[in-house]
Amino acid sequence: MTDHGQENAQRFADAGRPAIIRIEAVNKWFDDFHVLKDIDLTVGAGEKVVVCGPSGSGKSTLIRCINRLESHEQGLIEVDGIELTDDNKRISEIRSEVGMVFQQFNLFPHLTVLENCTLGPIRARGLSKTDARALAMEFLEKVRIPEQADKYPSQLSGGQQQRVAIARSLCMRPKIMLFDEPTSALDPEMINEVLDVMTELAESGMTMLCVTHEMGFARRVADTMVFMDHGEIVEMASPETFFSTPKSDRCKDFLEKILHH
Amino acid sequence: MSDSATNSGHPGPGATAPPTTKPAQLWWKSTWFDIVQFVALGGLLVWLTGRGMAAMDYRWQWYRLPRAFYRVIDGELIWGPLIDGLLVTLEIAAWGMVLTLVIGLVTAVLRLSDSIAGRILAKVYLETIRNTPLLVQVSIFYFVLQPILGINNPLWTGILCLAFFEGSFASEIIRAGINSVSRGQWEASATVGLNRLQAYRYVVLPQAVPLMLPPLTGILVNLIKHSAILSFVAVFELTTEARNLIADTFLSFEVWFVVGGMYLVMTISLSSLVALLERRIRARG
Ligand SMILES: Nc1ncnc2c1ncn2[C@@H]1O[C@H](COP(=O)(O)OP(=O)(O)OP(=O)(O)O)[C@@H](O)[C@H]1O
Ligand SMILES: [Mg+2]
Repeated sequence: MTDHGQENAQRFADAGRPAIIRIEAVNKWFDDFHVLKDIDLTVGAGEKVVVCGPSGSGKSTLIRCINRLESHEQGLIEVDGIELTDDNKRISEIRSEVGMVFQQFNLFPHLTVLENCTLGPIRARGLSKTDARALAMEFLEKVRIPEQADKYPSQLSGGQQQRVAIARSLCMRPKIMLFDEPTSALDPEMINEVLDVMTELAESGMTMLCVTHEMGFARRVADTMVFMDHGEIVEMASPETFFSTPKSDRCKDFLEKILHH
Repeated sequence: MSDSATNSGHPGPGATAPPTTKPAQLWWKSTWFDIVQFVALGGLLVWLTGRGMAAMDYRWQWYRLPRAFYRVIDGELIWGPLIDGLLVTLEIAAWGMVLTLVIGLVTAVLRLSDSIAGRILAKVYLETIRNTPLLVQVSIFYFVLQPILGINNPLWTGILCLAFFEGSFASEIIRAGINSVSRGQWEASATVGLNRLQAYRYVVLPQAVPLMLPPLTGILVNLIKHSAILSFVAVFELTTEARNLIADTFLSFEVWFVVGGMYLVMTISLSSLVALLERRIRARG
């Protein structure tokens, strides 16, 4: 077991949470480029993990491996007891438990906000139209845009679009939510409306894995901070330790830059 | 502060004067001049044709043409050969379009699939069809495949052959349309639980089809035009009927002009119909 393996074990002993995502010794290459190097990361049910690190360090690739938007070449990824393999049935089982929010929103531009939210529940979950609508309205209210239900994504601001994207994911009733820099494409004045929704989601007990450089949000919400560089997890700690006493120089440099930019 | 004359760097509302008069239009660029040109050119053509006709001593016999469309015998209406041929051509066009689109879509999806066998199959089909003459393909379908497969129906052999031909071009357009939908749309579809087929159906194609419509119309127009080649293998479509009619009546100028016009009406109606459809779709999105 690597260092992080032991850290992981320790954390779970402390928090008493059952693991919901297990990543062990995962390696991945893009052709010759070693993008993930011996990654060990265990996430407990209800835990909030914030991943940060310089551009190109493999953060997106890591979380995209969890729902098979990318495939890993070595190691084990297990989500809620299901090991991720090439088997399509497992992939779709895992995807049905994992929601994802993208930097670029990726809303369906030809569908209304409401239809964006009901598409998955109707087609993949087999819900009736009425039930799906009720469900969608419930979550659109949670993200505070029920009044936009009949608009098309292009008619909304970036912040509103990202909140729709969150609602769309939640409509699939996932156990885990992945966020890949959800606020990076937003104008500054819209960042908070999205972070507020994410904070509420965190308070509701959702398991969350967020790639973000919003350190204020990380301090408030994270149970665990993960710092990646060059495809490795360099540091993993509670936010208190992470921000006050980072161990590695790489992490110090990074925090220096990001906190005083 | 009061110095408003020098603040040209900050044009306030109405500070820049909009051009008050349109620059005078040059007379040779006006619509009227276009029309005059068009009429003059048309007149010239008619005159030249007329002179040629006179020189050939061609006797126009338009009055014999209605019989090519219909006859009334004993108070009963009987369609003439040009109407029969038109109906067959329309039948070829209708089935041909459906099959062309199906073949195009399947080929495009195969080429984009993960299956190596599927991709090779699609590629072989495309290269073969695109790099051999249509007339040769029609012959192979008619003289070789038809007896081998035991199809005893030149019309359907012809429809299939045309659909395979046009389908190869349609598949490129469909593929380009599908590729123009961003990868993020596929990923978002996957994360809300849609499988590949559902992602195509509910997310990707609805976005790609409006982009594909204009170029696909060109393919469907080609299908109608190319259907004339089936007169080579005894399919009684419009061109075959026209040729037979001319053999019987020697009305070659009249018949070819009229048949040309009939094709023109078919193709232009199709294009307008699709344009209308496209506008509908755009208005909705
Ligand atoms: N599909 C791909 N093919 C080849 N290389 C890729 C691919 N996707 C990502 N990479 C490379 O892998 C490395 C890690 O990419 P990744 O997107 O995971 O980084 P990141 O940490 O999310 O960076 P950023 O902060 O810029 O989003 C980068 O160098 C990137 O260029
Ligand atoms: Mg990234």
